[in-house]
Formats: sequence, structure tokens, C-alpha cells
Amino acid sequence: MINVQEEMEIVGDILTDEQKRRAVLIHAFHKIQKENNYLPEDKLVALSEELNIPLSDVYSTASFYKQFYFKPRGRNIVCVCVGTACHVRGAQDVVHQLEKDFGIKAGETASDMSVTLETVGCVGCCGLAPVLVVNEEIVGELTKAKTEGIIDSITQIQR
Amino acid sequence: MERLKNIDDLKRLRDALNIEITRPVLEVCGGSACRAGGSKKVVLAVKNEADIRGIDLEVKVTGCRGLCSKGPNVKVRPHGYFYTRVKPDMVASLLGYTIGANTPFRPLLYRDDILSEPIEKVEDIPLYKKQFRLVLRHNGRIDPKSITDYIKIGGYSALQKALSSMTPDDVLNEIDKANLRGRGGAGFPAGKKWKHTKSAKSDIKLIVANGDEGDPGAFMDRSIMEGNPHSLLEGMLLNAYAIGAQYGFIYVRHEYPLAVENLNAAISEARELGLLGKNILGIDFSFDISIREGAGAFVCGESTALIASIEGARGFPRPRPPRLSEVGGGVWGYPTNLNNIETFANVPIIIEKGADYFLSIGTESSPGTKVFALAGKVKNSCLVEVPMGITLREIVYDIGGGILGNKKFKAIQTGGPSGGCLPEGMLDTPVDFDTLTKAGSMMGSGGMIVLDEDNCMVDVAKYFLSFCQSESCGKCPPCRIGTYQMLQILERITTGKGEHGDIGRLEEIGKKVVEGSLCGLGNSAPNPVLSTIKYFRQEYEEHIYDKYCRSKTCAGLGLYVIDDEACFLCGLCKEACSFDAIKEGKDKFFIDQDYCTKCKACYTACPIEAVKIEKKTSVKVSKSH
Repeated sequence: MINVQEEMEIVGDILTDEQKRRAVLIHAFHKIQKENNYLPEDKLVALSEELNIPLSDVYSTASFYKQFYFKPRGRNIVCVCVGTACHVRGAQDVVHQLEKDFGIKAGETASDMSVTLETVGCVGCCGLAPVLVVNEEIVGELTKAKTEGIIDSITQIQR
Repeated sequence: MERLKNIDDLKRLRDALNIEITRPVLEVCGGSACRAGGSKKVVLAVKNEADIRGIDLEVKVTGCRGLCSKGPNVKVRPHGYFYTRVKPDMVASLLGYTIGANTPFRPLLYRDDILSEPIEKVEDIPLYKKQFRLVLRHNGRIDPKSITDYIKIGGYSALQKALSSMTPDDVLNEIDKANLRGRGGAGFPAGKKWKHTKSAKSDIKLIVANGDEGDPGAFMDRSIMEGNPHSLLEGMLLNAYAIGAQYGFIYVRHEYPLAVENLNAAISEARELGLLGKNILGIDFSFDISIREGAGAFVCGESTALIASIEGARGFPRPRPPRLSEVGGGVWGYPTNLNNIETFANVPIIIEKGADYFLSIGTESSPGTKVFALAGKVKNSCLVEVPMGITLREIVYDIGGGILGNKKFKAIQTGGPSGGCLPEGMLDTPVDFDTLTKAGSMMGSGGMIVLDEDNCMVDVAKYFLSFCQSESCGKCPPCRIGTYQMLQILERITTGKGEHGDIGRLEEIGKKVVEGSLCGLGNSAPNPVLSTIKYFRQEYEEHIYDKYCRSKTCAGLGLYVIDDEACFLCGLCKEACSFDAIKEGKDKFFIDQDYCTKCKACYTACPIEAVKIEKKTSVKVSKSH
């Protein structure tokens, strides 16, 4: 599933086999998550066997990082930036509005898997605050109407 | 591209590129913020329009110019006209006026506000006038994905100079002499760090560039990695040459996909040209760089935690010594030199222009410039680069254009979640590493958030603390438990349940967390709370004793009343109230205080701000009249 030597590039020359197998772990998580949208248990078990790292260790590492998910995520991912600049320009109101209209709390996925609502520390687009990211596309200078438009477009996809 | 075999090849390539081209160039900003504004569509529209009209022009997608709140930005060369908020449907007129008639297209020129005269050239915009762009000087001029663009404007000439006429020690001494201080926040001199790593007894040495820019409200490193990735590579190459390192890593946070994309392109182009890899430019010097992506852990910006993350473990910090630069301290135990992205971007400038030039900018103790991300309640949210020693007032008012909506300035928050809030009285503080620390804040990585009268300082402190609390890795108890306890107290205060003695408790726990924590996160997590208590104690006291939030941010505080004179009886507040606390009289609405939960629903529902939140004590006095 993962080519340890290739992923480590030239720096692999100075490492022991064990160091190399461990160092590709986070990269492997990114790869699995990209393919599956989350980290499925069977894939992690396979990874643990392939890299010869205890499963508990694999989970311990993956669970440390916020970007890795152990539950399936929705078809659409709406991620509201709650960084400082967005916070002082009313990101909380945006979160509340989305929570209300999607009927889920931040961090949850709708039961029909149509959408997952998340928050993020900062996407670095503070000039456009408040900002949210819909399926990797950044939408800035949110107003109530603009947010409603996003909600509509997503609930439409759902239908 | 053909591999460069020696230093002369690089010179020849640069000369060959420097042939004067007469066709006009449209520089469209392709930074994250401008992309969000639709700069990709603008590029398509320009290409389309040029095809239709048969205009011979070059479209260049550049890195961030810093004027993020007015994007997408377009600059036209050689005319020099600078356009803001360009939309695809305006491209036709823009090209018609600028290229066709050689006159500026006025509707898209920069204006301070709707009434002021438009400004044609980028140099005349007040925002850029006070700035001194050194690290960002090429941002917005070059295509970050093209190494030839960078070489053409003089890129890699510092490397050329170092490899042809300087020994590794010369390079090291030059950086040491320039007193380049780490731009990541702590301000530790880079030269000392380099010397220490060099003196470690190991054949293999590593370099790490820390691009885990986790501070919310900061985007300096993002703009360098996205807009001018080669300057980072060149800085790392010079570092490697000076200390004899063989491998380098750039640790980028996962939230910056564009930075990863551009860095990958830059690395593969540099490898192709032979500027990375074995025997660079034909001399006995080999160095290669790879990218490591983070995965959303703020603590990984701390150097020992970052190293654990590169090794593929949980991002826990560890006690020092051993320091990173010692054997057994760095990545996989190899001596490692770790610097911030901006620090590396400064290195080529020092080598190219000399340490004396660098020392002539900024203040004596902190030479050079610093990039700040100015955001929050300020007119121009932007990326600014200023010489050290400039005052906060100049940054907020002259560059930032003052407060949004002409409201009253309340505080400026510097240094992200680890920094502090400074009040209006401190606005004339010169900005450098030492004065900001003395004032109770810190330089940090360079985030600056402006707060106005609508922001509650207790709420802001709570926000930063909750960020640190959730990002605390949990390894050591003072940080894990202390920040939680502090947050609980703040939560009580902001919901009207504050008690006498809470401020003292916050100060006491805060000091213990600072002293008892292992890494920088815990050492600085209580800073926002402690500095707001220092400068805005009155607001805390109001929350606790008067149960009142003067900026009306915190729900559950104050006394809700309806101003009969202002009220025009629309009834929206009554609809909004879930607790049936708003009663309808014959010709007025009033709030039944026994039912009111102070949830703010009526306050937000009222279209004319007739629902007022008042201080309880003052109401009692007025009623007894």
C-alpha cells in the first residue's frame, strides 16, 4: 500500500529500517484519508501490519492530530474558520446559523451523510474574515445572505 | 531545463533571461485570499479576452501582495496601474482602457473609501508608502511556480556569491554579524544557533524550516511559501552550506494546500536545474529538501514537538537539553538547525547585500524588518512589512487605515494566542522583540489583531485561552489542568456567575501555569488573560460585580429593557423570545424580568436597536427618582 523507500526520498539513506517505517506513518494517514474521506479501521489494521507498528501505537498517533477522522464524513464538508480575525468579525454567528440550518453541531455529520460541519483554527485568509471553506474552496466576507446561499446549494445537492 | 553544471552556467542563464521584453504583463494575485475572491476566473477571462482582441500579453499568476481585503488584485506592467477587486466581467474594459488606450480604468483603481480620489500606482497607496518590503519584495512580481522568474530578478545570486567567493565560515559570520533574530517569536539570534549546530560532532546534520504557522490570525509564512518559495529554498541552501548539512525538511501545516503545491513545484524545478541534489553547481556540496505535512496540531509549532511529528510520533514536546543542535537532540538524533520560514527568507538578503546593510534597517537590538499580518477591526486587513522600531500607532492608523466603521480603538492583540493585548495608551510603543515583551505582550510570529469598542476583552481572553486549552497536548499537568481551570472561571465570569476573588484566582493559576509548563505553549498560554487583567481590570470587575458587559458581547449579563421612545412596535422581539418574557402592553412592549434569561435573542432580533442592555445598578438609581 505504501512504498516506504520512495516516500522517504533521499533522506532514507541515513535512517534505520524502523525509523523509516515510523516516519511514513503520518504521510500514510493523509493518503488513506484522501482515498476514504476518513481513517477506516480495516485500513489502519492493514497499515499496522504492513509497517509492523502495534495497532495501539497507530491509533495513538492518529488520534493526536486533529485532521484525522475515525468516523465517515459527509459528502460535503463545510469548515468554518474560527481564527482570531474571524472570531472578532462574527464567526460564532456563522457557526450558529449553520448549526441551526443543518440541524447538527460543529464536528458532527448529518445522519444522511450530506454534510459535515467543522471548525478550523485559521485558514490564513484573515483579510476576508469571516471565512468558511466548502469542499476545499474558500468563501470569504460572509454575510447572512451569503451563508444562506451556501446552505441552499448544499441542501439542493442533497435532494 | 538543462542542469546547471557550474556557477558560470547560472550566470549565463540569468543573462539570457534578462532580455528586455516589450509586451505588457498582467500580474494577477494568486494567493489564497485572492483565489477565494475568484482570481482564477480573472486569469481565464484575461486570456480569453486577449485572444479575442488579438493582444499579445503575458498573464502572470503571482504570490500574495498583502492587500488581501481588496482582492483579487491585478497590476499591469509596464504602465504600473494597480487594480483592486477585479471581477471577470470587468476584464474587457480593463484591457480596453489600459492596453488599448494606455489610460487607467478608473472604477477599479484603489480608493481609501468611496469618496476619495482613486490612486493609480501601487507605490502611491498609503498602505505601501510606510512599508519597507525586503522579505516580500518579490511577492507579487514573480510567478512562484517558475524558477526562471526568480533567477531573472536576481534570485539565487546570494547562493552564487557564497559558493564562488565565500567559505562556509564567511557565510556563518555574516549572519552572526547581521544579528538576525529568529522571526518565529522568541527572537533567538540565528547566527548563534547555526554556530552551535555546526560545532556538534556529527557527520550528518539536518535543517528544518518551521512552516507550522498555527497562530490564528497570522499568515506571514503562508505568503512567503506561496508567493516566493525559492527564497526559502535559497535561505536553506545557504544555511546548509554554512553549517555543512545534507538534508532539509520543510514542515508545512495541512491547512495550507497551496503552499504545499508551490513548494513542491519549486523543489522539483530546483532539483532539475541542479540547485538541489548532489554536487550543487559542480562543487562539493550536496543538499536536498523534502516537505513534511502537519495534521492540525498547534503544539507542533514547538520545535521539539515538530521533530517528534517528523519522526512519525505523537507531537509531544520534550524537555531540553539535549538541544536540537546537539547530538541526540534533533530529528532522529542528528544535530538539527531549526528556523522559521521568515528567518530563512532573510538569509539571502543578508548574504547578497551584506550584514552592514541589514544592520542599517530597524533598531539596534532588532535589526531588519518584520512581516505582520494585520487583521481584525481595521480598514485594511493586510500583510505588512515594516522596519523594526515602527510604532503600533503607525501600523494601525497609517498602514491599516484606522478602525473599521470609524469606531473607537480599544486594544491591539499581538503575538497570537501566546501574546497579549495592549491598550490605547501603549500605541506609541515601538515594535521590536524587547519592548513588546517588556509591555507584557510579545512579538510572536507576527499576528496583529485590532479590537474595537464592540469587542469584550474578557471574551477575547476567553477565546484565546480556549484555543490554547484545546490545543494543549496534555503531556504536563500545569498546562492541561491549569488552562482548563482558568477557562472554567472565565466561562463563569462571562455568563454572569463571576464571584469575588475570581480575578485573583486567575492571576494565581496563570502564574503557576507559566512557571510549571514544559514548553512554549504552556509558558505563554495565560498571557492573554494576564495582560487583559493588567490593562482592562475594570472590564473584569464590571462582569463580576455589576454583571454587565460594556460591549454587549457576553450573554447572561446586564438588564434588558425596551426603549419605549425608539420602539416602533414591530413585535419581532416578542417572536424571538423563547421564554415568553416579552409582554405586549396597550401601546408598548416590555420585558418581564422574572422570565428573562438574558439570552440576547431579542437584542439581535430588534431591527432598530431599541432593546437596550443596561447596567443594573444605574437603573435602580434612575427608578428611585
